[in-house]
Amino acid sequence: MSDYRVLPGPEHFLPPAAASMGIRLPNPGEAHINGVIASEEKAYEEAARQFLMAKVPTIFPGPLVLWAWNEKAAKKATAVRHLFNTLKECAQAGQKPMLIPMPDYRPKYPKINPEVEINPNHPNLTIWHNKIDCCMFIGVHCHQANLSLKIIRGGTSCYTIAMCAQAGHEDAMLSFRDASVEKIMRLAETVKRLKGTVQLRSSTAKSGASN
Amino acid sequence: MSKERIQISEDLYDIMPSDYQDLVKSSTYGKEDRGWKDIGTSKELIEQHSLCAGCPESMAFRYILASLPNPEDTVMVGSTGCTSLVFPMVAVHNIHSLFGNQNAVASGLKRALSVRFPDRVKDVVVLAGDGATVDIGLDMTLQAWFRQEKFTTICFDNELYANTGGQESGLMQKGFVAKMAPVGKLFDKVRLPEIARESGCHYVVNCTVSKPSLVEKVIRNAVHIAREIGPTYLQLYTPCILEIGKNSMEGLQEMRDSEKPAERFAYKEYVSEPAKQLLAELAAKDKERKAAAKQLAGQASA
Repeated sequence: MSDYRVLPGPEHFLPPAAASMGIRLPNPGEAHINGVIASEEKAYEEAARQFLMAKVPTIFPGPLVLWAWNEKAAKKATAVRHLFNTLKECAQAGQKPMLIPMPDYRPKYPKINPEVEINPNHPNLTIWHNKIDCCMFIGVHCHQANLSLKIIRGGTSCYTIAMCAQAGHEDAMLSFRDASVEKIMRLAETVKRLKGTVQLRSSTAKSGASN
Repeated sequence: MSKERIQISEDLYDIMPSDYQDLVKSSTYGKEDRGWKDIGTSKELIEQHSLCAGCPESMAFRYILASLPNPEDTVMVGSTGCTSLVFPMVAVHNIHSLFGNQNAVASGLKRALSVRFPDRVKDVVVLAGDGATVDIGLDMTLQAWFRQEKFTTICFDNELYANTGGQESGLMQKGFVAKMAPVGKLFDKVRLPEIARESGCHYVVNCTVSKPSLVEKVIRNAVHIAREIGPTYLQLYTPCILEIGKNSMEGLQEMRDSEKPAERFAYKEYVSEPAKQLLAELAAKDKERKAAAKQLAGQASA
């Protein structure tokens, strides 16, 4: 078992891929927290706590849910909106939940508008601009999600969550796998249940990863 | 391709940047007679770009994207250069290839698309600068034509390597002095349109992009002929105003000056016999379609 832990950065200019540091993906029915395999139940609670602690908890929906490819995608989009509405309902004073899309993966130069979108080639711009301290990716294709998660871990102190429809992401601080409408709704329920039990984080800046 | 496939999820519609909402609402995907006249009344397939102010290449891009007959089922293959700065802003599938490899990549792509989608029309259009087409990629360009690969090659000819500071290219005119070519070019501009004709291209045009209706016509012809018959080649003059010492507003005049009858970009066109026949058939069909539409409109208003 690896001693490496996937923690909020800034870790390196080029952080190592967590997989290369021995972090492995969860099996079906499991999740991982900081690179350590955990039960899904524990992961729901930890993700909800991170959302409730953050000053700017943010959901980044990607093309797989933004576009209504099929009925399942449209239902997931509805669930994402429900989760966002739940975050807003449960927000404490000083908290500002956001919902920012990643509409596609084109490297947009010379600049993107970080207030309205996030781009996998420079996701740190959106994180920095909006002072996002906790985010969740959903509906982003594997490679682009990995790229974003690594850049965010490398250059920001944002806590990253992946609600992955495949096998999960080692590079996120917390990762679910086999994402479904039910799982998104369950996370929303957990946020609601834990409302009022968690203190808002005192500062968005952290000292960095301790690996 | 059905436009149903590109609907935004209703529950997340409001957070999508307006460009994407506009593309779904008012772009011209699927419109049979799309053309440059849609510019200004519909969402263009190019968003803001990073080219210099007044760059003729940006005009060329806008006219070409407005004129592609089948943008939803078209894949463009680009190469390194100013064009590669634009492709990220383009709402048409595109591939950035290694410098000079664009026609080789397009060959494989076209063949793969034909196998994967035998019942669908899939167009492939190469768009590269003169360095990629004529100098470094000449082998790939010619071999694709020799093999009669069914795609269109467009060369944005700015007569030098603009993106890297003004080095001499094969398409530079004889005697021209550039920032990084201080001695002046010692030999003539490579006559690629003639080489294209001799290499098997069925439709070859050499012109500037000063006239949008002309660009529309040659793009549509080139894509249709490539789809049905074989390779086509367009050499479009898109001067680099910075490298030839012009101001932003002088690009259009530079093109107009260069297309006068005795100049190097005077309109030249070659159409093979089978391509002529195809164009005649397409024109007849178009006429029929327009007559039917007119009749239908007359009936509706009666």
